[in-house]
Amino acid sequence: MEQEKKIIFTDNSRITVEALVQSGADIFIGYPITPANLLYSYASVRFPVFMAAPDEITTLQWMSGFSAVGKIPVTATSFPGFALMIESINMAYMMELPMIIILVQRLGPATGTATTGAQGDLALLNGMISGGMTLPVFNFYNSFDYWALTAKAVEFSVMHRTPVVILTSKEEMMTKLSLDVARLKNISKIERNYYEKSETYVPYRAEKNLVPPFLPLGNKMHQVRITSSTHNQRGIIQNSTAEALNNSKRLHYKNVRNIADFSFYDFDDEPGSTTLLVSYGVTALAAKEAVINLRASGEKVSLLIAQTLLPVPQIYYDICSRYSKIVIAEENLTGQYRQILFGGGSRTGISGVNDFGSMINPNSIIKEVLRHV
Amino acid sequence: MSKIFLENMELPFCKGCGHSLIANNIDLALQKNNYSLLDVIIVTDIGCHGIVDKCFRTHTFHGLHGRSVALASGVSAGLSNPEKKIIALIGDGGATIGMQHIIDAAHNNFDMTVIVHNNMLYGMTGGQPSEFTPPGFNTTINDQSPKHKVYDVCQIASSAGASFVSRVIASNDFSDLLATAFSRKGFSLVEVMEICPSYGVKANPGMKLKNVVADAGLELKTFTDNNSESFETVYKKDTASLIDNQKEIQAVYKSSITRPVKMVISGSAGEGVQTSAELFARAAIASGLNVTKKGNYPVTVGVGFSSSDIIISPDEIFYTGTSDVDVIIVTSQEGLDYSSSSIKNLKGGTIICDSSLSLPETSSKIIKHDFRNKISGKGASLYSLFYYVNYSKIFPIEALIESFKGEKYSSKIDISKLLEF
Repeated sequence: MEQEKKIIFTDNSRITVEALVQSGADIFIGYPITPANLLYSYASVRFPVFMAAPDEITTLQWMSGFSAVGKIPVTATSFPGFALMIESINMAYMMELPMIIILVQRLGPATGTATTGAQGDLALLNGMISGGMTLPVFNFYNSFDYWALTAKAVEFSVMHRTPVVILTSKEEMMTKLSLDVARLKNISKIERNYYEKSETYVPYRAEKNLVPPFLPLGNKMHQVRITSSTHNQRGIIQNSTAEALNNSKRLHYKNVRNIADFSFYDFDDEPGSTTLLVSYGVTALAAKEAVINLRASGEKVSLLIAQTLLPVPQIYYDICSRYSKIVIAEENLTGQYRQILFGGGSRTGISGVNDFGSMINPNSIIKEVLRHV
Repeated sequence: MSKIFLENMELPFCKGCGHSLIANNIDLALQKNNYSLLDVIIVTDIGCHGIVDKCFRTHTFHGLHGRSVALASGVSAGLSNPEKKIIALIGDGGATIGMQHIIDAAHNNFDMTVIVHNNMLYGMTGGQPSEFTPPGFNTTINDQSPKHKVYDVCQIASSAGASFVSRVIASNDFSDLLATAFSRKGFSLVEVMEICPSYGVKANPGMKLKNVVADAGLELKTFTDNNSESFETVYKKDTASLIDNQKEIQAVYKSSITRPVKMVISGSAGEGVQTSAELFARAAIASGLNVTKKGNYPVTVGVGFSSSDIIISPDEIFYTGTSDVDVIIVTSQEGLDYSSSSIKNLKGGTIICDSSLSLPETSSKIIKHDFRNKISGKGASLYSLFYYVNYSKIFPIEALIESFKGEKYSSKIDISKLLEF
């Protein structure tokens, strides 16, 4: 029997904020910036704690303080604000503090155009942890995934003690749409496990999954040392001892190792196709429409929509290896995800559909898919 | 008194450095206030003082240069517990970088104590001047010796709303002053004056700290002591679901369209373009259609054009761009100016516009109607959508009427005028 529908006219900012709160995120700290304003506005009425910070750096510092005492903080920003947060995100990464940063992309460079969407910040995210460590980045593309996978992003952040970026864009967060909310599945609030043993707590001694157990600052059981400088397992600043360097390297490997269970993607494999279309975020919608139209005219094409962008899940490479032609569609000048996946320079069989300042439309994608190489 | 909060180890600072005096006095002051070890969180900055973490037996939290006060503010607001003592340590270099955070923490009256280690230069990086370096005080960058007055962080924090602010010269025992600062509710700050033995003393031989402080016009006193109520983090319980509180739209009408219709409505700010587009969207949903809607307008939302892109479709909508629209509705000159390039590029399709407007050359079908004169500029957008639905029959006009009746402002508009075609 068909489930009864409940249609509302809404937007993905609303869906995302509700998913965050239901999954256990309890603190929203931010400042107003277009096109993250809807997130800010919804958060102000829905989050248990909402704090308006005076600037971007303060936002991340306050979030880190809240995270260190056991809260799950969230902010939403766009490139101009995000750029100012980068040192503090590196700090939270080194400290191993869970938090969610929603980056709503708009047209750059610099202040660019606040009200025009873009997908121009992924390369920055790929290289922004000094040392080359990977920062987990998700970008969903439809309301149901903004609902269910936002909760998974919170889970990844908390379970693995790392800041997580939910990458999105103006079009995804500000477009109003009809949505059957009866199809949104229940989200469970995350249950956090703290260190409970009586033996001395060693704050950066990792378990098998490379994640150290968490204890909040201010607890009455064990001393907690948290630091952003290179440190040993006890959280004591060290220069370049083997123990300290291994601790820093672990930050990368814990994300790479644990991403497999959080590798979210939609793979629409058409038997007999030799072309794979790859996309993400707002352009994934144009890609989906392009594939429908291509198939309607008898063309064979497969589609991979990446939702876990970084660290790149191995499965993406496995899928790509099955095709002789790969087209990657994204709304930036140079093909940022294409370069992350396949490197710079040209390579036979790999091409991009790119645009700057306007959404990529399905026809541009169709044209590139049909182009003979 | 013996050490309780400090490990029984030698402090890591240069011989004669005031930082050691500060660490010892923090220990004494905490003892005087009877804090438990694990009720204390020491938050440190970058700079020589920041290496003191390992010497404390409390919780420790070590972050970025200039940000310890903001980081401690987050801890304070996060714990929001008067039984916890949060102490942020910062140097004059860090306070130069992060003065905004000090102002902000004092302004919010976060429950914490800041201890400014003011040795009047950046010690860890080689003795460069900070905004706390007074004129005439030599640093290792002599040609940059300041010619202006120093930041008076005590005056600044007091003005910003701190509970307790005091300045003192580092000495063997100023623990009573620190104990007082620790005991105050809200934001307290103690600036401790020092001379860096490695750079300050060498660059200023024979200079007395007391004289430097006096010459800089820095008073040694308590500036503020009002023990006002501190910031309290309030947790809102059971805030309403953002989804459950949304009005459900039941599909009680039927549309006969078999493919998506992409449309743009452009008019002037303040003439109800966005609200009319929403109303239209709800009517389309009530007719069983899928809908997306975007708003476009200048950053100054109260003037200029206002435009909305709408797609209605019997099938799921993926791509939400409107580069190939079917219908453009224009109700004012500003709307026309905004959409003139779309009109020029329109292949086929229909343009519905106010009679007063001169359209650029186009091969599209043009329908003109006297929207503005018949109902006013403010109602032109709404009227044009009623007109379009009646003309196109994309969905029953009853759906639009019903959607209109659900709006708060509907009683102010005579619906019969909207139905005059």
